[in-house]
Amino acid sequence: MKFLAQIDVMPLKALLDPQGKAVTRSLHTIGFSAMDNVRIGKHISIELEANSLEEANMQVEEACKKMLINPIMEGFEFSVKPLH
Amino acid sequence: MKFGVVIFPGSNCDEDMIFVLKEIMGQEVVRLWHKDEDLHDVDGIILPGGFSYGDYLRSGALARFSPIMEKVIKYAHNGGFVFGVCNGFQILCEAGLLPGALLHNDTQKFICKNVYITADNDESAITSEIITSEALKIPIAHGEGRYYADSKTLQELHANRQILFRYCDEKGHINADANPNGSVQNIAGICNKNRNVYGMMPHPERASDLELRNSDGKLIFDSILSWYNQ
Repeated sequence: MKFLAQIDVMPLKALLDPQGKAVTRSLHTIGFSAMDNVRIGKHISIELEANSLEEANMQVEEACKKMLINPIMEGFEFSVKPLH
Repeated sequence: MKFGVVIFPGSNCDEDMIFVLKEIMGQEVVRLWHKDEDLHDVDGIILPGGFSYGDYLRSGALARFSPIMEKVIKYAHNGGFVFGVCNGFQILCEAGLLPGALLHNDTQKFICKNVYITADNDESAITSEIITSEALKIPIAHGEGRYYADSKTLQELHANRQILFRYCDEKGHINADANPNGSVQNIAGICNKNRNVYGMMPHPERASDLELRNSDGKLIFDSILSWYNQ
């Protein structure tokens, strides 16, 4: 079966996110003064073959831990859906 | 000594490193391509600066899984000397051979300029010939050089004297104004607990030739040779 994984990677809350900080400042400059604490991460989508949803979930989690995220600086969450 | 300099797609300080090791320091150098699996019985491995694999995903994250790195990791675990500069430092952190990580500079800018660093101690292969507390002028060139480690890791780094270089001012004073990228505790270079794996963000190979009028970096190469030829 084919599955689609959607992974969100975010910088850890405890760490300064300079990109988010710069964007927050620019939003204020163009008038969005009510907006604050922009944080910018990345989104990864992966198509994969697996025998079950459970197996697909395990594969994605392993790929995240092994390569896709660095736990020292990032957190992640993901969802996996069958791909039709 | 016989050094192996690893070349990844996107490395761009490899030739400077090879030039310094061969022409300035008079040592033997082997070029190690990222797809190689033979370390050619070298006495030490250097991971040069650059943008391996285009810095995709995270700096150093993909280089860490190249065929040569599997061998370098084993070599390091067996006590071999491994030294990463700039992108090389990032790769060693991603590989788990050095603690911590290198984050985007707090200025959100790529910084390319001479800075000053000072050695915290001289009990290491890259600081053995350096007078501690004296300021060395060495350039940095990075967008992701903000060293970060959590407080528990920092405690261990201190306890084991693994912090080797810190950003300082011209007089050797370590303060916030002299910190170019927001690194925690001004950290510019560290080693592992076993003192055989080393990483630093500044580029000593860009400051080792007298003709450049910038040669403080040579002390780092002098240190390596002196440490291993003791």
